[in-house]
Amino acid sequence: MHINNVVIEDTFAEAFEMWASQLIITAVNETWAMTAAQVATGFSTSIIACGCEAGIGGVLPREQSPDGRPGVLVLFFTMSDKDMEKVLLKRIGQCIMTSPTSACYNGLQNDMKVKVGGKLRFFGDGYQSSKLLEGRRLWRIPVMDGEFVIEESFGMQKAVGGGNFLILAESQRASLAAAEAAVNAMRAVAGIIMPFPGGIVRSGSKIGSRYKGLGVSTNTAYCPTIRRQVDSALPDGVNSVMEIVIDGLNEEAVREATRVGVLAACHTGVVRITAGNYGGKLGRYHFYLHDILGPSQGQ
Amino acid sequence: MGCVSCAGLMRDFAGEEDSVTLRLKESGTIPIEADSICPDLFVDRNLAEIKALNAFYGRRKVTLGDLFHVEGEHSDRIMVEGDLRHVKKIGLRMSRGRILVRGDVGLHLGAHMQGGEIIIQGNASDWVGAQMQGGRIWIKGNAGHHLGAAYPGEKSGVNRGAIIVAGNAGRAVGARARRVLIVVQGSVGAFAGANMIAGSIIVFGQLGARAGAGNKRGSIVVFGGSLEILPTYRYECTLRPVFLRFYLQRLGEWGLPVSIELAEGNFRRYSGDITSVGKGEILVYVKPE
Repeated sequence: MHINNVVIEDTFAEAFEMWASQLIITAVNETWAMTAAQVATGFSTSIIACGCEAGIGGVLPREQSPDGRPGVLVLFFTMSDKDMEKVLLKRIGQCIMTSPTSACYNGLQNDMKVKVGGKLRFFGDGYQSSKLLEGRRLWRIPVMDGEFVIEESFGMQKAVGGGNFLILAESQRASLAAAEAAVNAMRAVAGIIMPFPGGIVRSGSKIGSRYKGLGVSTNTAYCPTIRRQVDSALPDGVNSVMEIVIDGLNEEAVREATRVGVLAACHTGVVRITAGNYGGKLGRYHFYLHDILGPSQGQ
Repeated sequence: MGCVSCAGLMRDFAGEEDSVTLRLKESGTIPIEADSICPDLFVDRNLAEIKALNAFYGRRKVTLGDLFHVEGEHSDRIMVEGDLRHVKKIGLRMSRGRILVRGDVGLHLGAHMQGGEIIIQGNASDWVGAQMQGGRIWIKGNAGHHLGAAYPGEKSGVNRGAIIVAGNAGRAVGARARRVLIVVQGSVGAFAGANMIAGSIIVFGQLGARAGAGNKRGSIVVFGGSLEILPTYRYECTLRPVFLRFYLQRLGEWGLPVSIELAEGNFRRYSGDITSVGKGEILVYVKPE
């Protein structure tokens, strides 16, 4: 399959089951809502060492926000439901509650919930109060700038983590431009995040290492500077690779994000697009590039 | 201030052909107890069985068919018409369905209600929603005293649900409420929120005297000003409460006319009543100059 003279490899991305939760952060204006969101989702590129993967899922207009103020959607992904509570307690407590004028609401309706506001309320030292409306309980915690409002519980659900595709290009400039175009297109897809910096990872990893105690190491098969020293997967003419990792609330979201991202990445200077997997033996979800992109895209 | 949502609901209701309609045969001043006008009782009954349901005309036991012309059957949607000012206990203990009353209605409307919806296209008498446990009551006109309150002798009153009044309400609105939302688009009389345990009372008009007396943890919000704040309340600060924006957003979704100016306004916060637990509050809207 080719799209705009770019080879689309007949392979699949292997993704894993994760747990996801979605929050709505509001504040007096979009600047402060975004500040809280960016800080809360900082240092969350990879579950390997960050404890979670998180990102900004979109901006909410006032009319759709729970309290009529500008809002930002943030998504968190963890490996287990128990981890989700720990992650949210820390990140909301340290990053959102501390941010001026913020409030934090549940953005995912689900029977399975994690109690966060119901635990953070104790920060109010006995002066907190709650409000219950239409089955939603809000906690009002007295803080120095007024009150921090947080919903008692947040919904969580099983989700998909680790969808991916790799952009193999003639140059670093070309691979970056293609990846940027892909990320811009993918931001319009609801229910997904791309947890790496700017949505792009330049240092993809493989499982295993020659060093004892190191679980992962650089993805040598895709490193151009050592192409002749390893079992390289790089075709001739490729001098740089960028990867985009996708976490999504469900398979459909990840598929759609992959589709729009790959289409947008098929730029001048891109040689091939492929995806990473473990032979299909580890991850529950397999996203076949040819299935996603469809036979009509072939030239 | 009209109740936009009531209008919308009335239009929806009028088109429903499967509702049961009751028309009062004769107006009068003899009190009628009609607690059998309840969706839970109508939904599984045919016309004859509905007509045979009990009611009281003064102290005389009668049937609904004696008092009302009845049409329809097997429905949890009920429309009641006529001069119902002396008809009591409509919707008592209902847990589902909808009742629309075209006109004024008597005492104890929706008392002990657990779910469903009641719409009154007129005024309601005292004790609307007393001891309510859920559901929603909309009153297009005025309401009497003890709206959403606890009956005498009860430790606590309304525990869930919402009551919205387009006009004014009388004394002791939300007295001893455990957990409730009461919205009055007009003004309320004295002792609103008296001995309130928790919950929220939002008054778009004026608040009467001695509001929040004995309040434990309830919130009383007033946009039109307060006649007095009890000396057992202390001014804390002026702020823009975010939780109130959440409430006003929901009220807007329900069809009430809530302006952005109100939602973004400043409020003076008074905490009290210090003769009780003292964790309640009265929030008084500060009109922009």
